[in-house]
Amino acid sequence: MQFVKNRLNYLFGSTKGLILVAIALIAVVTAVWGMLSGPMAEMGVRDVVVKLFGMDMVQAEREGRIIILYHSIAMAVVAIETYMITSLIKMKPFFKTGINAIITAGYITTMIFGMSFAYFGHNWAFHGLYIFGLSLIFLAGVLLVIALWPWNKEFYQPDKDYARTKNGVDLERIAFFATALTTVISALFGAVPGSFFGNGFEAFLAENIIRLPEKTTMQYSIIGHLHIMLALIAIMITLIIGRWLNFKGLLHKIAMPLMILGTVVLNLGVWGVATPLEPIAHQIIYTGATPSMLAALLLLIWSWGKLIHDGTAHLQKATIGQKIAALVRDPLKFGPTWQMLFMNFTTSGIGIFMAIRLDKIFRVWPALEERIELTGHWHALSAIIATIILLYYGDMIGLKGKARQLYGWGLLIFSDIALAAVTVFEMKRLFIAEAEQQPLVNGLMLAMDIGLGLLLVMLAIVMVWRLIDLFKKKGRWTEEVKHELSEEVLK
Amino acid sequence: MKRIIPTLFLLAFLMASCAPVDLNAALPSVETNVDTNLWAQISAGEFYFGQHDEIQKTGAYETMITDVTTAQYAAFLNKALATGYIKVKGDQITGYYPGDEFHGVKHEEKIDAGDWLFILMNDPSQRIKFDGTTFTVEPGYENHPMTSVTWFGSWGYCGYYEWRLPTEIEWEKAARGTDTRPFPWGDEIRRENANFYASGDPFENMSTFGSRTTPAGFYNGQTYNGYVTLDSASPYGLYDMAGNVWQWTGNVYPGMHYRFMRGGSKDTYDMNLRVWSRNNATPTYFSPGVGFRCARDK
Repeated sequence: MQFVKNRLNYLFGSTKGLILVAIALIAVVTAVWGMLSGPMAEMGVRDVVVKLFGMDMVQAEREGRIIILYHSIAMAVVAIETYMITSLIKMKPFFKTGINAIITAGYITTMIFGMSFAYFGHNWAFHGLYIFGLSLIFLAGVLLVIALWPWNKEFYQPDKDYARTKNGVDLERIAFFATALTTVISALFGAVPGSFFGNGFEAFLAENIIRLPEKTTMQYSIIGHLHIMLALIAIMITLIIGRWLNFKGLLHKIAMPLMILGTVVLNLGVWGVATPLEPIAHQIIYTGATPSMLAALLLLIWSWGKLIHDGTAHLQKATIGQKIAALVRDPLKFGPTWQMLFMNFTTSGIGIFMAIRLDKIFRVWPALEERIELTGHWHALSAIIATIILLYYGDMIGLKGKARQLYGWGLLIFSDIALAAVTVFEMKRLFIAEAEQQPLVNGLMLAMDIGLGLLLVMLAIVMVWRLIDLFKKKGRWTEEVKHELSEEVLK
Repeated sequence: MKRIIPTLFLLAFLMASCAPVDLNAALPSVETNVDTNLWAQISAGEFYFGQHDEIQKTGAYETMITDVTTAQYAAFLNKALATGYIKVKGDQITGYYPGDEFHGVKHEEKIDAGDWLFILMNDPSQRIKFDGTTFTVEPGYENHPMTSVTWFGSWGYCGYYEWRLPTEIEWEKAARGTDTRPFPWGDEIRRENANFYASGDPFENMSTFGSRTTPAGFYNGQTYNGYVTLDSASPYGLYDMAGNVWQWTGNVYPGMHYRFMRGGSKDTYDMNLRVWSRNNATPTYFSPGVGFRCARDK
């Protein structure tokens, strides 16, 4: 009994255990449900999986199923970010325990009952529990906002190396607070129309209504919600990575006000989509996105500079080659900011290009082609956020030596091959005609499948290793049970 | 050596990905025995429309039981050229369209009265050829659906015979009948039901040219050289209402210049073959995956 109790205490009572559980659950859902679409469907794997698990796949309910599927995965990701925040940022222990407990119960309830409702027959009690799970996550979000309140003297920043006001209010904490607060408010922009459409059983995917000249407030609200939630998850992981790397100095002092400004303005713009401000909402969004992206760029410049400085400190005068070698020496520390840079190729660049050339290029194409671009670049951003989390997780579990190199570079190379292929696939109509695309499509599909497949295999190996470790009396888990991420912030 | 192997692998990968496609690869010759000149009668009354089964009503009308074939379109072009209904402008075949009312809505583009593109002759996927006087069909494609035709070209064909393109509601009723089925033939889709992406029909080769059209009415329960099809007609006896080619519909909606297509195509996954699935494009868009059929009042 003690055996089980100790393991459960680790898995549900420690930050690293909680993160492990969430990653494992996401991995299982991704592995199983990833077999229902794309090449797996083409190869007939989907039919086998549907029969094997006895899934109930009513054609008219596909959109509803997908909405529940990605909410289930997203809630686990939100939980992971929350665990990281409660472990990295100072707050009262009561809040930390309460937030972690509530969000854990929330996302697991959401995932289990949501997926059961969506894919295994419609037990409406399960649907109720799915909504209950989401409500718990919302409650945890509200508590997190309270816990992050920056104007409590206990949490002022005494160190002048970090961004702070004259009085000592921690600007990084304000950035965390602003992001958490706007996330909670933005969740309502999904919850209200979600209830409206959900109760009328008229689920729809936002990408299917993009070209309608007139949209209802509820439809605009859904479109705004899905954009802002992903953006906020991305902003939050940027802040988390900054904290882990111990971002400080002049660039930190410039970046944090930019991050606060960007987050607030970006949200105002997206909320404006569902109001009479809609005609100028995009201009507000661009105005908000610019400082946020600049802040991320400053983090990148600072962290790359630090990696180079630390890696060449023993040399009198380092050559360019030695500087590059120092930069890429540790893929787990180099990787997160590299992925942020790579994101400009797969997501931001594509998004800006689409916005500029929308009527001249993308709106000339059929709606389904435009939809490929839209869904492609959201998926790419989600995948990049996932890889950044996994890179940080690799450091958390103490990977060292060759294992650290293999894990880090594996994550970066496999994901970037897949995401580059996705990006070229999205944009293929710019340079190849429909009738002539098949060999290119085959090549790109192969690159995506190899990249994502190997990435999942690598993740599976790590999960199996962690599972085996749990059976050991003095496994790594016994060390992790007491670790807090704030203790492991880089010096 | 360690560097040579991945480099060679990458080179082979790039060469395979950039291999040219033979757009004129040999085509299996198939006779479906479906009369492409037949029309189906759709009775007046209510039916379930859209994914959420909204009740809608139509009058009585008739619609073609197959898509307009390439042979039918070539015959139309020859007649229309002789009567001056169409014009040849270089590589473009154009015809007059009276224009749409412009509302100035965001993203809306003006469709003025004038000559608009029907088909483009120098499109490599165009299966109709023109020698300066006569339109002919590339051998083997006579009974395939007419593709690479714009909305104007589809509208012009139907209008020439005093028919019209079906509205979206009419199209969906013809595909679905009066129950709530998601596909014209029933609740589930199998590869033998329709021509969709990687459906494995004898006309596709996913390692080279990819998906190609199947002849009109191909999925009628016949077996072709060992390839078994399921009879996939709609409740009104229409073929290819799911897959093969997207079909232009006739609605012109206020505030938007886009024209809507229904049915999914050889290039889309099965989910886009559901009867309520929609696609849209500018009316000048054409593609080897887009065709049409006509409707007429009873």
